[in-house]
Amino acid sequence: MIYFQVLANGLVLGGLYACIAAGFSLVWGVLNVINILHGTFIVLGSYIALFSYNFLGIHPFISVITAGALLYLIGHLVQSSLINRVIAAPVLMTLTLTFGLDLLLNNLMLVAFKADYRKLVLDNPLGRLELGPIFMPLDRIAAMGLALLLTFLLHRLLRDSRIGRAIIAVRMDREAASLMGVNVSRINAITFGLGAMMAGAAGSLLSIVYPISPLNSGMFLGKAFVICVLGGLGSVPGAIVGGLALGVIESFGAIWFGPEHAVTISFTLLILILIFRPAGLMGKRGFE
Amino acid sequence: MKHWLWLAAFVAACALVPLFGNNYALRLATIMCLYAGLALSWNFIGGMAGYPSFATAAFFGLGAYVSAVLQAKGVPFVAAWAAAGFAATIFAALIGMAILHLKGHYFAIASLAVVEVLREVVNTAEGLTGGGMGINIPLQGMSADVQARLFFFVMLTMTVVLLAATIIVSTSKLGFGLRCISQNEDAADILGINTTFYKVAAFSLSAFGVAIIGAIYASWVQYIEPPDVFDILYSVKPLVMVLLGGLGTIFGPVIGAVLYLALEELVWRNFLTVHAAVLGALIVALVLFLPNGVGAMFRQWRKRPAVQS
Amino acid sequence: MTALLELKNVSRRFGGLVAVKDVSVSIKQGEIVGLLGPNGAGKTTLVNVVTGVHPATGGSVLFEGRDITHMPAFRIARSGLARTFQIVQPFPKMTVVENVAAAALFAGGAGGMQEAFELARRQLEFAGLADAADQIASTLTLAKRKRLEFAKGLAMNPKLLMLDEVNAGLNSAEVEDAMRLIRRIADSGVTILIIEHIMKVVLSVSDRLLVLHHGELIADGLPAEVTNDRRVIEAYLGKRYAEKTER
Repeated sequence: MIYFQVLANGLVLGGLYACIAAGFSLVWGVLNVINILHGTFIVLGSYIALFSYNFLGIHPFISVITAGALLYLIGHLVQSSLINRVIAAPVLMTLTLTFGLDLLLNNLMLVAFKADYRKLVLDNPLGRLELGPIFMPLDRIAAMGLALLLTFLLHRLLRDSRIGRAIIAVRMDREAASLMGVNVSRINAITFGLGAMMAGAAGSLLSIVYPISPLNSGMFLGKAFVICVLGGLGSVPGAIVGGLALGVIESFGAIWFGPEHAVTISFTLLILILIFRPAGLMGKRGFE
Repeated sequence: MKHWLWLAAFVAACALVPLFGNNYALRLATIMCLYAGLALSWNFIGGMAGYPSFATAAFFGLGAYVSAVLQAKGVPFVAAWAAAGFAATIFAALIGMAILHLKGHYFAIASLAVVEVLREVVNTAEGLTGGGMGINIPLQGMSADVQARLFFFVMLTMTVVLLAATIIVSTSKLGFGLRCISQNEDAADILGINTTFYKVAAFSLSAFGVAIIGAIYASWVQYIEPPDVFDILYSVKPLVMVLLGGLGTIFGPVIGAVLYLALEELVWRNFLTVHAAVLGALIVALVLFLPNGVGAMFRQWRKRPAVQS
Repeated sequence: MTALLELKNVSRRFGGLVAVKDVSVSIKQGEIVGLLGPNGAGKTTLVNVVTGVHPATGGSVLFEGRDITHMPAFRIARSGLARTFQIVQPFPKMTVVENVAAAALFAGGAGGMQEAFELARRQLEFAGLADAADQIASTLTLAKRKRLEFAKGLAMNPKLLMLDEVNAGLNSAEVEDAMRLIRRIADSGVTILIIEHIMKVVLSVSDRLLVLHHGELIADGLPAEVTNDRRVIEAYLGKRYAEKTER
């Protein structure tokens, strides 16, 4: 049954997509900022994994930590020094700001790393899983498992930690949170840092699936958009549902309509959902 | 009245270019008019109504392709341009009715998705559009010199038409209603403004201008392909120009277009490999330090010594 | 006299929450009616239902005998039903006169921009805001912003003007002024519905009082009757107090 294989491919991809979107969704939901930089952050994570593996022999699954940490620092810095200055300005301003930053960072990466697509080839792949009719490289399954684990950890962090509660408070009501003693600027920076961290981690995991190039940033950003709209905004479970849904939709779309139509399908879906179910498939409205 | 005098001054200044300038200057002036036209068009929906539309590239590409396909079938270019404008207007009205109830980021993303989908549709419809191979629109029987002049004047005319439309709209009921919507849509609704109609009108007007400019552009460069005319930069550049010149103002988009082109030329010439990075840095600086555009800075600077009034 | 505004069994729910429950009321031409109720009683929701911001989920709203229950808000506004906002909502970057002119142009039936601005200046004169006409709306003091809301409401040339908490945040002298203004508006032939949670404010001007509690209409009558109604006293002061006064 080819459909089982397609479904399995979709779910494995979807787990990684969830990780892509979780950070994007967090930033959008809490800060009301669309982070155009997100795609470039993901690619940067991939490069960190690539160089760590090629020069230091560090496995991408370990690089998740270094890439996450580095991107957190970058994200924290970008928010506290730049975006916080215009956080109260109209949507257009923050959008344009992150767009400008993306042009800057992406172009610098193009100059530094060149545009050609590079592949991270593992020396000792884990082999593959055969489950009846389904074949799946174990590395991919492990990457998906790690992606979902990371997404779950983010969820726990938001729910159970002090910082997480403060982030939720800011999301619900910025003013009330500041009156209750939450340092909103600092929480903004931490939130954006966490978003970037998730992007870096996702990038590192994606390095074993996708070829790596700065030109891919737009594709990742597009996926993050679609997933957020599919799953509803600002919630981690929404990102997981949206990610898995997109993964499955893309896999089936590829065999039914051809892989070249993946973008058309997902963006058509995005427009239709925005028109008919603006709160996402889960039906919960996030933050506008 | 004052606005119309400025408009006349602008036309006079531009009309001098082909008299004194060389071909390089003429080319730059044509691009300047193209940019100004795009910025003026975007200003209707983005500046006046306050809706962050990224659909500009969709209208640009749509206009370019409608006109190119028609010309390939033998329709004369002026008729093809007009058809492109009307096709985009209808398209924008339909899309607008569907997505203009979305607010803020949701609208921005939906309008961005329109670009992606349209590009792919054109890419796929190979029979009609040539798909990824692009489409040729040769313009026969004219020397390069004459063509350069022709397209400059056509582009200038379009810019002047859009500038005149901007003046008329911003002093009319439509412009007043759009300003109300941009500041507080709920209150505008309660005040009796048919907000849906106004927004759709602004969106369609914007599409009309952009599509005709796209159509003229296609004839000017004589060859188009999807990634070229559906380039997302066509959505972003007008927005940056308008921010640069002043959101929702009349001459701001034109001033912004001139400044932007000057910066672009400078950057292109001197920082070829990192020109996008420099552009990005400029955008960042603009948002952080000049959020109201250079116009506002100028006005403030003029206000300071005004003690006598 | 026939009813200008008539609500028949109007309800409005938000998900599981019923904010307005089965309210039937009619308001006659020329009346000044006070709509009272403690905070959260559903007063503003009721106004939103009538003005089409949150259409009724049950029942019907009739204005001059026409069913307006599901009419879009802007059409209702144009038909002569104006409101002010509890949280004043001017167009912040426009001048005061532009704010009022917008109301005159889009809902008040002004023929063009020029006529709208002339009308607006007249309304500002009436509301005592003529001096501030060219000020940017967001720079006004609260009392003046409330006056601006009056002027906007009037510029819409309404048959019925709904004033949502126009007195909140004003000092007693400013409240006096506002009440005087309301009476003058009523004298010019406009029917008025005043929404308030402080009873004292509306007693003096209202011909009739309605009281809303937990989304239900618990009283409808002359001010003197309503203020002695046991259910109203309960709603406002609690059951104990009501029992005490009974004894």
